[in-house]
Amino acid sequence: MIIHQVLFIVFGIICVAGAINLLAQRHPINSALSLVVVMASLALVYLLLGAEFVAAVQVIVYAGAIMVLFVFVIMLLNAGAEERTRGSRMALIVGVPGVIVLAGTIAWLLVNQSGHLGGVQIATSDFGETHAIARLLFRNFLLPFEVTSVLILIAIMGAVVLGKKEN
Amino acid sequence: MIPLSWYLILSAILFCLGVFGFLLKRNIITIFMSIELMLNAVNLSFAAFANYWNTHPTKLVDGSNVVPLSGHIFVFFVMVVAAAEAAVGLAIIISVFRTRETLNVDRVNLLKL
Repeated sequence: MIIHQVLFIVFGIICVAGAINLLAQRHPINSALSLVVVMASLALVYLLLGAEFVAAVQVIVYAGAIMVLFVFVIMLLNAGAEERTRGSRMALIVGVPGVIVLAGTIAWLLVNQSGHLGGVQIATSDFGETHAIARLLFRNFLLPFEVTSVLILIAIMGAVVLGKKEN
Repeated sequence: MIPLSWYLILSAILFCLGVFGFLLKRNIITIFMSIELMLNAVNLSFAAFANYWNTHPTKLVDGSNVVPLSGHIFVFFVMVVAAAEAAVGLAIIISVFRTRETLNVDRVNLLKL
């Protein structure tokens, strides 16, 4: 069981390091590549949770499709290094301390309540299998699934209309 | 066995880093990537709670059992919405760049008071 914890800590650290690198880099292409690192290591954390299907979809959809779209747009617009402007003062004065307080509170609460929450282990049965997820998705969640397809259709039309050149 | 709180703390850290990026970065594409980071952080807590309820069966208020796999379905839906959002958002970024010739959000502030 110790190997489970070691793997979680390793991939958790890679995740957080990638996210910090995303903020530290000034060139958007470097940020995009560190976001790929975050998503790939999150997929491995999903595998530790026994969520095999979610891990596969994470790699295919997020690290694959969505990030390729990002990199494509960065290349298309020939985006250079970020210029430093002052930005919003309210975001600095209110936002940053607010986020620090929020993070501290969440971490403190979770560490305090850790005993009540109990643990998570690698599922031994068929938990997280594609078969079980598909049954749930196409029975209990059929209507949301169909509505989602309409949402994607609208998104495609929106992207086409917005991307069209005006003349 | 890993405490559930470890997963939730990792999720909270990633979410807060995403909020930081959203507030501090000036490049509109990087801001968009920070939003994706926040969505990923929320997905992690969904998946963690799905696994938790699989081993700790819980009853809802009306007496029915929690279906643990619903967490995975929600992750799936969040991914779909994120993909749709990325398509529309990047199209908006392209059309903004076409008219304003910049990706810096401080130069696209006509609506600001």
